[in-house]
Amino acid sequence: MSPFAGFDMPIQYSSITDEHNAVRNACGMFDVSHMGEIVVNGKDAERFVQYIFTNDISNAEDGQVFYGMMCREDGGTVDDLLVYKMAYWDFILVVNAANIDKDWAWIQEQAKKFEVILDNRSDRYAQLAIQGPEAEDVISDVLTLPVCRMIPFYHARYVMIDPKVRMFMSRTGYTGEDGFEIYASPETIERYWDKLLASGRCKPCGLGCRDTLRFEVGLPLYGDELSEEISPIMAGLGMFVKFDKGDFVGREALLKQKTEGVTKKLVGIELADKAIPRHGYTVLKDGEPVGEVTTGYHAISIDKSVCMALVDSRFAKLGTPLDIQIRKKVFAGKVVKKRFYDKHYKKA
Amino acid sequence: MSNVLEGLFYSESHEYVRIEGEYGYIGITDYAQHALGNVVYVDMPEVDDEVSAGEEFGAVESVKAASDLISPVSGTVVGVNEALDDQPELVNQDAYANWIIKVELSDKAELDNLMDAAAYTKFISTEG
Repeated sequence: MSPFAGFDMPIQYSSITDEHNAVRNACGMFDVSHMGEIVVNGKDAERFVQYIFTNDISNAEDGQVFYGMMCREDGGTVDDLLVYKMAYWDFILVVNAANIDKDWAWIQEQAKKFEVILDNRSDRYAQLAIQGPEAEDVISDVLTLPVCRMIPFYHARYVMIDPKVRMFMSRTGYTGEDGFEIYASPETIERYWDKLLASGRCKPCGLGCRDTLRFEVGLPLYGDELSEEISPIMAGLGMFVKFDKGDFVGREALLKQKTEGVTKKLVGIELADKAIPRHGYTVLKDGEPVGEVTTGYHAISIDKSVCMALVDSRFAKLGTPLDIQIRKKVFAGKVVKKRFYDKHYKKA
Repeated sequence: MSNVLEGLFYSESHEYVRIEGEYGYIGITDYAQHALGNVVYVDMPEVDDEVSAGEEFGAVESVKAASDLISPVSGTVVGVNEALDDQPELVNQDAYANWIIKVELSDKAELDNLMDAAAYTKFISTEG
């Protein structure tokens, strides 16, 4: 077990590779109870979420889920998060565990000009992510929740069977596979975990493969690919920043970055060799440092050594040869797309 | 339970040396490969490189992490196990058959600083 954001989290239950492959090919489950849940209610709820969130939630239907960021005035990323529009006036923000305190303070500060009721329910909600091509069948059969089949991609609904909290589930995840996330009381989540484990149809998965899975499909991890210093524009996540929706925190700075360009950009790099570029290693161009690796692995699903790296924008073009210093040696690589492995979402 | 072979010399950083005449075959122990998990890359020095006892000479990488290889003895590299370039997982299959480098020892007295099989078995039982 390893300490992570105040929780004791397993890196692996069996082996990272086995767990990773179970999610890609069948079904795996992650206890992600550490994630934060902040509820926004009240008359100004939608207007407030629009103000602190980079994506555009106007005209959303009930149950729609959005991915995006909260940014500072200077464009730096406070956090990346999911916004659940459960109903008119009823939004749930799902934030990173390591940022719950920071986000909660930030959200309360921003809310002063709005009529909203905020509630940090992070301690009351546990969360189970069930991911993989068989997730839908496993949840229907083992948890007897066939309602999951009716939930479209990036949608959620309340499931009123948990006496302790307003349980909800969504077709979302952090693996690039079809899958669901269930938010319920710790008692309910524990019961579900035990049922799934006993069924033998769902492999328990740790933080280790959660990282290898999200990395391969190019999903960012706050702290690596996004931070107070790395804006969504630098991270190549401009599609989640909607400038035409009106004012929001960071709009001006981010628009400037988008129109005038940024000095650093997040790229994918593929190495010819099997050596593994890891977080913090230096990226070189003709022997000169031009950037740093944010996450790197010998990617399990494609059997190649690849990384994401924040580099000088002049060298961010696809195909640009870039080298990586790994211990005492320099390994040759080239810029490739950050999505090393294709997502297999089940979209209607 | 980790396998510990008689007749080898062991370091606290979980490398072994198998002595054949003037040469030593250096690899990681069965205990070490278990702890690392699936090995996906072995970073090896080149023939004619010098290695020093207690100093890093390469690394073994698993999905989880990179782990430095510390030489248990000093000498000159006279061979590297090139099979590991294409099949690093051989280290997991049999850590003792799949040595990493072959070294011509410069000072055999250094072996006295290492553990024998009994001492290493005891060492890993307290570490685990």
